[in-house]
Amino acid sequence: MTDLAPDTILSVRDLRTWFKTKRVTAKAVDGVTFDLKRGQTLAVVGESGSGKSVTSLSIMGLLARPGAIESGEALFRDSKGAAHDLARMGPRGFRKLRGKEIAMIFQEPMTSLNPLYTVGDQIGEMIALHNDVSRDEARKSALDMLRHVEIPDAANRLDDYPHQMSGGMRQRVMIAMALSCNPSLLIADEPTTALDVTIQAQILDLLRRLQEQFGMSILFITHNLGVVAEIAHEVVVMYAGRVVEHAPVVPLFAKQKHPYTEGLLACTPNAERDLDPAGERKALYSIPGTVPPITNLPPGCAFEPRCRYSISACTKVPPQLEPAGPERLSRCLRSAEI
Amino acid sequence: MSATMETTTPLLTVDGLVKRFTGRGGKTVHAVEDVSFTIKRGTTVGLVGESGSGKTTAGRTLLRLIEPTGGKAVFDGTDIFALSDKDMRAFRQRMQIIFQDPFSSLNPRMRVEAIIGEALDACGYPKGQQRKDRVAELLTLVGLQPEHGRRFPHEFSGGQRQRIGIARALAVEPEFVVADEPVSALDVSVQAQVLNLLSDLQKRLGLTLLFIAHDLSVVEYLCDEVVVMYLGRVMERGPSRLVYAAPRHPYTKALLATAPIPDPTRRREHVPLKGDIPSPINPPSGCVFRTRCPHAIDACAQTIPPVEDLGGDHHVACIRHLELAQAS
Repeated sequence: MTDLAPDTILSVRDLRTWFKTKRVTAKAVDGVTFDLKRGQTLAVVGESGSGKSVTSLSIMGLLARPGAIESGEALFRDSKGAAHDLARMGPRGFRKLRGKEIAMIFQEPMTSLNPLYTVGDQIGEMIALHNDVSRDEARKSALDMLRHVEIPDAANRLDDYPHQMSGGMRQRVMIAMALSCNPSLLIADEPTTALDVTIQAQILDLLRRLQEQFGMSILFITHNLGVVAEIAHEVVVMYAGRVVEHAPVVPLFAKQKHPYTEGLLACTPNAERDLDPAGERKALYSIPGTVPPITNLPPGCAFEPRCRYSISACTKVPPQLEPAGPERLSRCLRSAEI
Repeated sequence: MSATMETTTPLLTVDGLVKRFTGRGGKTVHAVEDVSFTIKRGTTVGLVGESGSGKTTAGRTLLRLIEPTGGKAVFDGTDIFALSDKDMRAFRQRMQIIFQDPFSSLNPRMRVEAIIGEALDACGYPKGQQRKDRVAELLTLVGLQPEHGRRFPHEFSGGQRQRIGIARALAVEPEFVVADEPVSALDVSVQAQVLNLLSDLQKRLGLTLLFIAHDLSVVEYLCDEVVVMYLGRVMERGPSRLVYAAPRHPYTKALLATAPIPDPTRRREHVPLKGDIPSPINPPSGCVFRTRCPHAIDACAQTIPPVEDLGGDHHVACIRHLELAQAS
C-alpha cells in the first residue's frame, strides 16, 4: 500500500465485498477498481443490486454481517499526507478518520439525525468531538456551518429539532455536520434521491459551491444519470457487482462504450428523441429482462442476457475491464464496435 | 395524441375540487383548493408537482378513496361526488388505480391469481374455468405468463410486480385509470418497459389515464395534457406540447429548468427556485407560489390569481404572465 499518486485521495483496488452464508456467497462487489482525484467528484452509478452502495459502505467501514471485505485495497490519503488502507482498518482506526477526514451523507436525513437533540447540538457535538474547543465555540462554529449551507435565518434554526425542518433543510444540516471538521473526502450516498427536483437542484448546487470553497473530494453514489451529469467529473458505471464502464463525464455522455450505459441513457424518456414531430409517441427503448440475482450470474458477461450486441463469445468467459479510448475503460468484448 | 382525439368529449370534468383535512389541534390542512381540469376520453393527463402539491390527494378524491370536501367530478355525465356509497361501488368498476409501490400494494400471502381474482369477485365475475381463463388472459395482456398466477408476489421483481398491479386494475375493464407514480419505485431500465406497457395498453384498450408523477420527462413523453400543481392549486395546465415548449407560469418554468438533464455540457448555471414549499396548514395569501417566485410583487399577495385561458386550452394562474411573456 505505497504507490498512491500525489493527486489521488482515494484509490480502490480490486475490492471484493462478499456476503457469505452457509448456502450461498453473494459477490456484491467483485473486483472494483477506481481512483478519486483530489478536489474532484467521482460518481458511482448503477441500479439496485449493482453493488454501488456496498462499495461505499465498504470504504466507510460500515458493512453489516455477513458482509465482509474478501480482498482488495481502499487506500486513502489523509490531510497530513499519510496513507491508510480502509479495507483493513479496524473500528478504532475508523473512529479517528470518520467525521474528521472522511464524512458521509445519506439518502434520508431524518434517519441519520437524532430526533431528540437540536440540530445545533448535533453539529456542535461533532465539532467538539474532533477539536479542542469549548461549548460556546462549538456552537459558534455550528452556526457558521449552518450559514455555509445557506440555511435561512440560521441563528434561529440552531435550536430547531430535526422534525421542525423540511427534507431539504435536514439534508443541509447533514451536509453542515459532515463538513464541520473540514474532511478531505465526502461520501454522498444518494443524497438527493428523497428530495423534490427543485430542492435537489439547490443541494447539488450547494455541494458544487462547497467543493470549490472547501476543496473536498466527493464520492457520489447515485442511480440517476441526470444527477451524474450535473455533478461528476468522472463516472464509474456498475452492474452486478462490477465496474462495466469508467470515463470522464463529458465523453461518457457523448458516447458510451458499454451497452449497459448506452441502454440506461436510451431508456430515460427524452421528448426530442421519443416523440415524432406530430407528437406521436415512439416506443421507448428498454433493456429487456431484469438484473440477474448476484448469487447466480451467467458464466460469461453478466449483462449478456439483456444485451442487444451479444454474440456467442459473450456467453463463454467474463470480459475484462479494458481501455476503450483515451482515459476510458469498458468491460465489453465488443466495445470497439459500439 | 392525434388531432382527431382532441375533438372528443370529456370523460371526466373536475370542477372546483377541494379537499381539506382537519389536523391536530383543529388546524385545517388545505391539501387541494379549487382544482379544475378535464380529461378527454382516450387521452392521458399528467398531474405533476412536488411533494405537498396535492397531486396524490387530488387523484384519490377522484376515485373517492378519499372523500372530497367540495367541488364536482362529472364522469360520463354523472357527478360521482354526489353518488351514494352503494352507487359509487357500482361506478368503481369503471375507474381503477395503480399504486406507486409494487411491494406494499400486493398482499404477500396471496397468490397472484387470487390477487387478480379478488378484483374480478368484486364485480361479480363468475368463478370456475371462466375466471381462470380471464386471469390468464390478463397476465398475458401485461406481458407475464399464465403460469405466473400460481406464484406469490415475492417471487417477482419490482417491474413484474407493477405489471401485476396493472393487471389487477384492468381486471374489471375500467374506462379510467389513475396511475399514481407507477414507475417511480422502479429502476430506470425497468421504467421504460412499464411505460411502454401503459402506453400500449392505453392504445389497445382505449383507456383514459390520469398519470400522477413528479418526473417531468416521463410526463412529457406519456401525457397529452399536463396539469401543474403547487400547494394544492393548479398553476398551469394545457396540452403537453404547449406547456413544455412555452411554459407561462414561473413555477412551471422553474420546474423545467431544475430537472436534471443527462448532458454534462448543459449544466445549469444558477438555481431558479429558493426555499421550500410552505406548509399547507397556513398557505400564503394571494398566489400560493409567491413566497418562492422570483417575479413576485406586492399585488401577488392580495388576490388569488384567476386561471386565465390563453387559447388552445392552455391555462395559467399568474397575474403577471402577460408582462413576463413580453419581457422574455
